Amino acid sequence: MIKRVKMNELDPDVRNKNFDEVALGFDLNQVKLEASRCLDCKNPRCVTACPVNIDIPRFIKLIIEEKYRDAYCLIYQDNILPAICGRVCPQEKQCEGECVLGIKFEPVAIGALERFLGDYSLKNDIFKVENIVENNVKVAIVGSGPAGLACAATIRRMGYETHIFEALHEFGGVLKYGIPEFRLPKSIVDEEIYRLERLGVILHKNVIIGKTLTIEQLFNDYHFKSIFIGSGAGLPSSLGISGENLNGVYFANEFLTRVNLMRAHDFPHNATPIKLGDKVAVVGGGNVAMDAARTAKRLGAKEVMIIYRRDMEALPARLEEIHHAIDEGIEFLLLKNPVEIIGDNYEIKQVKVEIMELGEQDSSGRRRPMPTNTYEIIDIDNLIIAIGQSPNPIIKNATPALEVDRWGRIVVNDFMTSIKGVFAGGDIVTGAATVILAMGAGKEAAVKIDEYLKTL
Amino acid sequence: MYKILDKRALNKDVDLFVIEAPLVAKNTKAGNFVIVRVDKFGERIPLTIVDNDDSTITIISQKVGFSTKLLSQKHIGDSLEDVVGPLGKAIEVEQVKTLLAIAGGVGAAPIYPQLKAYYNQGTKIDLILGASDKEHLILLDEFKAVCNEVYLATDDGSIGTKGFVTEVLKNITSEKTYDKAIAIGPLIMMKNVVNYNKTISLKTDVSLNPIMIDGTGMCGNCRITMNGKTYFACVDGPDFPGEGIDFDEIMSRQSYYRDKEHQCNLRIGEKDD
Ligand SMILES: Cc1cc2nc3c(=O)[nH]c(=O)nc-3n(C[C@H](O)[C@H](O)[C@H](O)COP(=O)(O)OP(=O)(O)OC[C@H]3O[C@@H](n4cnc5c(N)ncnc54)[C@H](O)[C@@H]3O)c2cc1C
Ligand SMILES: Cc1cc2nc3c(=O)[nH]c(=O)nc-3n(C[C@H](O)[C@H](O)[C@H](O)COP(=O)(O)OP(=O)(O)OC[C@H]3O[C@@H](n4cnc5c(N)ncnc54)[C@H](O)[C@@H]3O)c2cc1C
Ligand code: SF4
Ligand code: SF4
Ligand code: FES
Repeated sequence: MIKRVKMNELDPDVRNKNFDEVALGFDLNQVKLEASRCLDCKNPRCVTACPVNIDIPRFIKLIIEEKYRDAYCLIYQDNILPAICGRVCPQEKQCEGECVLGIKFEPVAIGALERFLGDYSLKNDIFKVENIVENNVKVAIVGSGPAGLACAATIRRMGYETHIFEALHEFGGVLKYGIPEFRLPKSIVDEEIYRLERLGVILHKNVIIGKTLTIEQLFNDYHFKSIFIGSGAGLPSSLGISGENLNGVYFANEFLTRVNLMRAHDFPHNATPIKLGDKVAVVGGGNVAMDAARTAKRLGAKEVMIIYRRDMEALPARLEEIHHAIDEGIEFLLLKNPVEIIGDNYEIKQVKVEIMELGEQDSSGRRRPMPTNTYEIIDIDNLIIAIGQSPNPIIKNATPALEVDRWGRIVVNDFMTSIKGVFAGGDIVTGAATVILAMGAGKEAAVKIDEYLKTL
Repeated sequence: MYKILDKRALNKDVDLFVIEAPLVAKNTKAGNFVIVRVDKFGERIPLTIVDNDDSTITIISQKVGFSTKLLSQKHIGDSLEDVVGPLGKAIEVEQVKTLLAIAGGVGAAPIYPQLKAYYNQGTKIDLILGASDKEHLILLDEFKAVCNEVYLATDDGSIGTKGFVTEVLKNITSEKTYDKAIAIGPLIMMKNVVNYNKTISLKTDVSLNPIMIDGTGMCGNCRITMNGKTYFACVDGPDFPGEGIDFDEIMSRQSYYRDKEHQCNLRIGEKDD
């Protein structure tokens, strides 16, 4: 068996000082070689493990036949953001996790191949012109994250006049303000999103549903017949310990937004500042924590550490990001749980952590971290809190009839909310999840919206 | 794009802009603000909606740093890159008979729509308006139209009482009583007013101005502490009862980027596209 092709990467000691993309993608030779590894299985387990069921063996076959355009168009039917998903999907838990080759050897690098096709189409301006038959019925999409974008493309293809309303001044949701440039270049995000305009989707920025316009106004004043809410899980979770409001303590959302959306790493050319000392600690173990830590390093912090209350095996982040973080010199302080942030004159100085040990398995299948009543104090200049996000309550607060659960997630039944004609999907329904799960939800919701509108 | 339909210099540091923003204007209530990005490299800065009609909003901005200076360089016919709102909670207009308002500096701008709302429901309002000097007193005619009495205070005594608004506050409240107070101005002024009003059991609402980015509760930059609990000023405020606010914390958080903002002023005048 040929070995899985490894993607070239920037040198860790060079890249941890700039914001250039780390993973360089496959060249044509690498693509052909890697594609040739696929066994073209009869019952491809990879396809069922992809949340949007991309026909993986078929697109790989088209690659082998050098029909890159057809391969791209095939993926595009199921996934309008292949250059993005190829980069950020947790493939090891999805498509590649089930690839049969993975049992004895290493799985096919499905994500890398998908990324290649996405990039190839953007570089060569390959785009399938789709013939859309207008039905002159209006559908509104709230939020331009993966869920909203996928829903918009799907419903637009069925002929609906589709408008996306986004609260921020740029489109893409977490793809824009959360995931950093060195992992997902913003020019690629923009190019893939603006392709929706070629489908005829109309994009509106700076419109906050629940503030600028209400759900009721969308229905009554603007004559939308159905609304999809894909407003994501944007509200940062707090540690609930003392000292969180000290200067120098950031929520990951603020820290990453300053850099990704506002481009603070290019200050003063871009006017938004960011301030970081030499020693930075990041609390959490997911993608958000890895992104914050690696961003801090690139902004010049000398020492960056991840503080996580479980062990290395339990880190929920994408495998590739963990490896990249280690290569770039991020330290991991494991089995430690912050209990107090200590400051002086409203400025952070130290964090007090409790040493944890592993106990019984919990509901997530991982061993539960148990307190030991022993503590350690670490000197730091900044603490970045990256322990999760929950749904933002703006729409709920402006729309009393909209039912949410006790975590603020919108309650749906077959994607329809408690309000007739209003659907929802993505992180706002599931809590923080993944790009492709949100896209899958958006697509399925579009089908339900169409069914609903046909009953009117 | 958000076109500037009118611009007036209220004094050498403060400008008033009327901006075309029909969607924002439609749902605006007293207490709401917008977030503005002047150009495509710009910061997101919050400014109170001082007035609105069907399709325009009025904002008043004081030049204090890079972004507000950049804004002041825009003229009638120019457009702003981004204007989003209306943000924040609208104020709850309480059914009070008498109200004492205290405004300092550019705080006169955010207090105006609130006083108008109280005036419209029939509340009798006395206002103490403070500024560094006569030239910096803004909206005087507008205030006279909605207030029963307007008391002036200037640091240099060029008009009204010489000294801070708190001096006037002490004098007036020794003679008159009020059902409620609203104070908007520099944090140190709001802190001192609230502290004094506590001694005479006068409840005081304040409008907080921590640093903000998105204005929608997403980033957490704007967090403030009230009675030991954290709130996000952009969605839970910006108006709060003043008694439990940790003003010192907000003052210190406001100054976190001060050295950086200084550098940023260097970009003024830089031509770049
Ligand atoms: C730092 C970070 C790194 C991540 N890394 C990965 C990764 O590597 N791989 C992966 O698969 N997943 C990753 N995720 C998770 C993934 O990004 C999310 O699960 C996904 O973006 C959810 O999509 P969504 O469309 O539901 O919401 P979002 O992406 O959050 O988009 C919601 C959009 O709605 C807008 N909005 C909110 N409220 C309103 C309103 N009232 N009116 C109008 N617009 C509104 C928001 O501004 C936003 O643009 C990461 C998340 C973060 C934060
Ligand atoms: C809800 C709210 C309403 C406001 N209404 C008005 C108004 O009607 N008129 C007015 O003149 N000013 C108002 N402000 C203050 C105004 O936002 C700041 O003066 C402005 O952001 C300063 O930006 P700068 O770049 O010019 O100054 P900088 O040099 O960047 O900063 C000067 C000071 O302004 C504050 N500041 C800086 N950036 C921000 C930011 N992004 N958000 C908030 N504060 C910041 C900090 O205290 C800083 O020390 C309001 C603030 C808030 C939060
Ligand atoms: S979309 Fe994600 S999960 Fe599906 S095939 Fe592509 S990389 Fe794999
Ligand atoms: S499971 Fe692996 S080998 Fe089989 S079709 Fe999918 S990618 Fe190819
Ligand atoms: S400004 Fe971001 S949460 Fe308030």
